[in-house]
Amino acid sequence: MKDNIVTVKHLSFTYKDSKVPAVNDISFSIPRGSWTTLVGHNGSGKSTIARLLDGILLPNDNPRTVINVDGIELTEKTMWDIRDRVGIVFQNPDNQFVGATVEDDVAFGLENRQVPRSKMQTIVHDVLDEVDMLSFQKSEPQYLSGGQKQRVAIAGILAIGPKLIILDESTSMLDPAGKTKILSLIRDLQNKNGLTIFSITHDINEAVQADQMLVLDKGKLLASGSPKEIFENETLIKSAGLDLPLFYKVKNGLIKKGIHIPREINSEEKLVKYLCQLNSKM
Amino acid sequence: MSKIIIGRYIPGNSIVYKMDPRGKIIATFLFIVIIFLANNWVSYFFLSIFTLLAVWATKLKPKVFWDGVKPLIWLILFTSVLQLFFTTGGKVYWHWGVFNISEYGIQNSIFIFIRFVMIILTSTVLTLTTTSLEIADGMEWILKPLGYLKVPVAQIALVMSIALRFVPTLLDQTVRIMNAQRARGADFNSGGLIKRIHSIIPILIPLFISSLTVAIDLATAMEARGYREGAKRTRYRVLKWSKYDWINLGYFALLTLILLLTRTY
Repeated sequence: MKDNIVTVKHLSFTYKDSKVPAVNDISFSIPRGSWTTLVGHNGSGKSTIARLLDGILLPNDNPRTVINVDGIELTEKTMWDIRDRVGIVFQNPDNQFVGATVEDDVAFGLENRQVPRSKMQTIVHDVLDEVDMLSFQKSEPQYLSGGQKQRVAIAGILAIGPKLIILDESTSMLDPAGKTKILSLIRDLQNKNGLTIFSITHDINEAVQADQMLVLDKGKLLASGSPKEIFENETLIKSAGLDLPLFYKVKNGLIKKGIHIPREINSEEKLVKYLCQLNSKM
Repeated sequence: MSKIIIGRYIPGNSIVYKMDPRGKIIATFLFIVIIFLANNWVSYFFLSIFTLLAVWATKLKPKVFWDGVKPLIWLILFTSVLQLFFTTGGKVYWHWGVFNISEYGIQNSIFIFIRFVMIILTSTVLTLTTTSLEIADGMEWILKPLGYLKVPVAQIALVMSIALRFVPTLLDQTVRIMNAQRARGADFNSGGLIKRIHSIIPILIPLFISSLTVAIDLATAMEARGYREGAKRTRYRVLKWSKYDWINLGYFALLTLILLLTRTY
């Protein structure tokens, strides 16, 4: 068995005031240190999964359901231990800023864990440095941009030293520049600290860079696999109603125009190279 | 809204800014109590001198303080005039029906006027030089003894600091909703009283709903970051008592002493 940080088996969840299950009998696992993305339509149950993994929502009573995070099985008793290992960055940067200033916000999670003040100061300083927000230490949230607020949120999570970071559409309210900055920051942190990233997103160009992709539709897991496997499966893409990343759009367009693209061309770089060669041969 | 001076903070760097909010809050509250010790010209003279010194120590422009007094000037004048016409005693200078202007009346109305202005000035000194956050921290410390009466002081403090943190966010939200309704033809500044009250509805309802959404989101985020209701927490922000706070209290004690000495019984 591979080293999986998250194992989920037969997970179902139905909200109290709804008859249809938001998540319906889902099983998947996330390898340690990987970047996994979860894609799907609005209302397909993506955010519910993020909340279930952290114990903010508890799965409906089902003896077959297993949620295991970093070797701990999620129950009402263990959910606080799991929250020490999982950090979530939510969608709206405004609504998750608890502290009155940047440093207060970063220290919030430490205060909850009863970390002594002298230790807090060094941790806050270090993690703000890591996300490049040290110069904003004393700023109040209304003077920060959305991207900066999300970086503070990430710092607040890093302060606790989690093993898994869940990004619940964390970049969906940011402009393109803010988005790229946050994603590259998270990628750096992933490589440096050996974190596992579980990202929920609508952005197909972000999803294509992941190690593993999960496709969700109406609470059911349609497919899981590498982005390449998913995007080359045309019937799957159609039934899930997904958009294609730029590379696949260009490739399919070229094939339609009658230009032959060999199978081994499977990345943007290779396609560019291949097209240049094609041009020089003509 | 920007005209309201009460609760506004103006950044600065004078000695008053370096004081601990706890000391400033306590001194301001006690000042309102000891102001009633003054009952003659000498004590009111010292009271005014000490208040003006406090105002001067903030190193802020006098106009800012005038802005603090201005909204209440009619109330002050009204009270003073009532005192002037209805107090009897001493020499009577003028008399007509129930109205009369007497020696005591003149004196009382001037005392009341000074008392009002001094209270407003000192509370303005507090709010202008202390951020709302510091005030919340200071209040938490002051409320701490209530913990023995099972009052959840830590929770109240968290509620206060979150409320303060969301004031600018909600103001932004209000302006945005108003603009959005204006873009659809809403008019907030004309019509009679009833019509104006009606026009507030399209602002209030979205604002309530969005506040609830924010509250739910924030609660989720707080829980995800390990906040447990009623659990013990450590504190990142602490207040520091400095030499300036001893100056502050000493200054206050001196004023109390002078007022007691000059008071006539």
